[in-house]
Amino acid sequence: MSKYWQQKLFTIVVSAAALFSVGVLFFAVYWIAKDSIGVISWEFITDMPRRRMTEGGIWPAIVGTVYVSLLTMVFAVPLGIATAIYLNEYASKGWVVRMIRLAIRNLAGVPSIVYGLFGLGLFVSTLGLGHSLLSAALTLALMALPLIVSASEEALKTIPDSFREGALALGATKWQAVRHQVLPFALPGMITGSVLALGRIAGETAPIILTGAAYFYPLIPRSVGEQFMALPYHLYILATQHEQVAVVRPLAYGTALVLLGLVLSMSMGAILVRSYIRRRRTW
Amino acid sequence: MTSRQQYHDELEALHSRLLEMGSLVEKVVARSVESLAQLDVDAAQNVIDTDDTLDAMEMEIEQRCIRLIALQQPMAADLRLLATILKVVTDLERMADNAVNISEITLRIAGQQLVKPLVDIPKMAALAVQMVHDALAALVQRDEALARAVCERDDAVDDMYAALFEELVDMMKSDTDPIRVSQCANLMFTARFLERIADHATNIGERVVYLVSGERVKLG
Amino acid sequence: MESKQPVMSSRHISLWYDKTRALTDITMDIPEKQVTAIIGPSGCGKSTFLKTLNRMTDLNPAVKMGGFINFLDKPLQQYDVVELRRRVGMVFQKPNPFPKSIYDNITFGLRLQGVKKKSDLDAVVESSLRRAALWDEVKDRLKQSAMGLSGGQQQRLCIARALAVNPEVVLMDEPCSALDPVATAKIEDLILQLKQEYTIVIVTHNMQQAARISDGTAFFLSSQLVEYDTTVKMFENPGDQRTEDYITGRFG
Repeated sequence: MSKYWQQKLFTIVVSAAALFSVGVLFFAVYWIAKDSIGVISWEFITDMPRRRMTEGGIWPAIVGTVYVSLLTMVFAVPLGIATAIYLNEYASKGWVVRMIRLAIRNLAGVPSIVYGLFGLGLFVSTLGLGHSLLSAALTLALMALPLIVSASEEALKTIPDSFREGALALGATKWQAVRHQVLPFALPGMITGSVLALGRIAGETAPIILTGAAYFYPLIPRSVGEQFMALPYHLYILATQHEQVAVVRPLAYGTALVLLGLVLSMSMGAILVRSYIRRRRTW
Repeated sequence: MTSRQQYHDELEALHSRLLEMGSLVEKVVARSVESLAQLDVDAAQNVIDTDDTLDAMEMEIEQRCIRLIALQQPMAADLRLLATILKVVTDLERMADNAVNISEITLRIAGQQLVKPLVDIPKMAALAVQMVHDALAALVQRDEALARAVCERDDAVDDMYAALFEELVDMMKSDTDPIRVSQCANLMFTARFLERIADHATNIGERVVYLVSGERVKLG
Repeated sequence: MESKQPVMSSRHISLWYDKTRALTDITMDIPEKQVTAIIGPSGCGKSTFLKTLNRMTDLNPAVKMGGFINFLDKPLQQYDVVELRRRVGMVFQKPNPFPKSIYDNITFGLRLQGVKKKSDLDAVVESSLRRAALWDEVKDRLKQSAMGLSGGQQQRLCIARALAVNPEVVLMDEPCSALDPVATAKIEDLILQLKQEYTIVIVTHNMQQAARISDGTAFFLSSQLVEYDTTVKMFENPGDQRTEDYITGRFG
C-alpha cells in the first residue's frame, strides 16, 4: 500500500473512532431525552413524589443531591487543597512524598462500593453518625479527595517558581510566599478542578446507598443528621426496584435527564471557567 | 577546541602582516645605511621607492586593527596584541621615513668629497640596525628579556649621537667651505635619523614588554 | 584586590548538590558600593555562589555547604533568613513581576513588613521607581498590571521592587539575558547609578557587560574561583591562563 493510502486509511480509522465516541454520547442523551421530555415539567422538578412514586416530582432527590454534593465539597476541598499545598510547596522531594502520591493515586482507583462499605463501617457505625447526610458526604469526600488533590497540584504546578523565588527574595516567609504569590493565582484552577471532581461524585450511587440515601423520604432534610433522597439512587429505584417498573419508566427517564443536566452543567461550567482563566493568564 | 576561530585567525594574520612589514622596514633601514656608507645612489633610490609600499601597509594594518576592535571586542592578550600592533605599525612607518631621509641625504652628498671618512656613522648605524632587528625578533618570539635588552642599548646610541653632534659642530665652527659645512649638517641629520630609528626600536621593545607582561614601561 | 571595606566576605565556601560539587573553596570579598561581576561558563557555579549570598540555596534541601560568609559583622547563618533577604535583595534572570499591579508589586515587600499607611507606601513606590529609572514611564498607570510592561520595564520594575525594601546589597543573576540591547543598556546605566548607594553583585555571561559596568570581576570555572581582580586588570591583563583563554574566547 502506498504511503498516501496508508496515511488516508489511518486518518479515516481514527476519525471514525472519534466520531463514534461523540456519537455514543449524543445517542445516549437523545435516548434519554426522547422518553423523558414528556415527563419534564415544572411540577416534576418541584413536587414531592406521590402515590408510591408513581406520580409527582423529584424535588427532594434534587435537593438531596445538591446538599450532599455541597457538604462533600465543604469537607473535601479544604482538605484536598491543603494536601496539595503540602505536597507541592512544603514536602521535600523524597520517598515519603512519592508514597503519599502513590497512595492518593491508588485511592482514586478504589471501587465506589468499597468506599460505601468503608463509610458504613466508619461513619455510620463506628462513629455513630448513622444513616445520614453527614455520613454520605464524608464518604463522598473521601472519594473526591484524590481528584481534588490532583487537580489542585496541577493548578499549583502552573504557578512559575519565579513567583515563589521573587517573594522569598523580598523577605517573605514560605507561608507568605505561598499565601500571597501562589495561592491567589492557583485558586481559580483549584476551584474549577474541584467542581469537575464534584460532577463525577454527584452521580455516585453505591456509596450513598450504604451511608445515607433513603429509598423514599419525601422531605427536605433540615439537618445533616437526616437521611435524604438523591437523584442517582432514585433513578436506580425507579429503574429496577419499583414494584411497577413499567409504569414509572418515564419518571426514571425524567430523573436521568435531570441528573445528567445537573452533572453536565457543573462540568461544562467548570470547563468554561477554566478555559477563560487560561486565556486570561498573563504569565 | 578553539572557539571564535575566524577572529583568532584574523588576529594571527594581522600579526604576521605586521612582522612582514617589520622585516621590510628592517631591510629598508639596513639598505639606507649601506647606501650612505657606499654612497650608492641606486640603493638609496630603491629605499625611497619602497616607502609608498610601506605607507600602504601601515594604513592597511591600522584599518584591520580598527575593524577587529569594532567587530570583535578583543580582550586581554588579544587586546594587548592589537594595541601593540597599532603602536608598532606607527614606529615602523616612522623608521621607514627616517630611512628615506637618510637615503635622500645619500643622494644629496653622493659625488662629493667626504669631509672625513665615515667611521662613527656606520658604527651607529650598525647598532641601530641591530636594535631594529632584535626588537622585531622580540616581537616575533614575544621575548620580554630580549625586548628589554634592546631598550638598554638605546643609551649607547644616544651617547654616540651626542659625541658625533659635538664633533660635527666643532668641524662646522672651524670650517668655512659651504659644501663641507652643508655636508656636516647632512651627516648631523643622518646621526639624528639613526638616533630616531633607535628610539623607535626602543618603543617597539617597550610595546613587546607590554604585550607579554601587560606592564607599561618607559625604557631607554 | 585592594579596595573599600568589604560588605560580604566568603571564606572557603564549598557547596554540593547531593554528590555534585558546585562550589569549591570560594574565598572572596564583596566591597561596599561597588559593582562586582561574576563571569564564567555555564555550570561554573557563578549563579550558585550568588544564591549563597542571600541563602536562596537553603531552599534546596539537597544542598550541603561548607565554609562561611560574613555579611558586615557576622556570618549569614546568624541572621534571620527573612531579615537577611530583605537586606540582600535579588533580581532574577527572567523578569518575574507578580501578575498584579505595578503598585502592588513594589509594595509587596513593605506590606510583608506590616507597612500599611497609604502615604508611606505611595512615597516608597515613587522613590523606588525613580531610582529604577522607571517612574516617568509608569507613573500614570501604577494600578495597571505589571504584565503589560515590556521585558526591560519589567526587569526595572523587579529592581525597583527589590529597592523598595531598602536593601544594602543587590544581587543580580544575569539580569539582562532576556532583554534586547536597548533595554540592556538602560539596565546597565541603572546599575552604574545604583552603585552610589548600593553594593551590587552581578552574575553575567556577557563579558562585555562585566567590562562595562563592574569595578571588580571574578572568574569562576568548574566550581572554582580562578581569578578575582579589578575589572581593568582582568580584561587587559589577567593573571591566569584560564581567565585569559575564557576572556579572549579561546575557551572551549
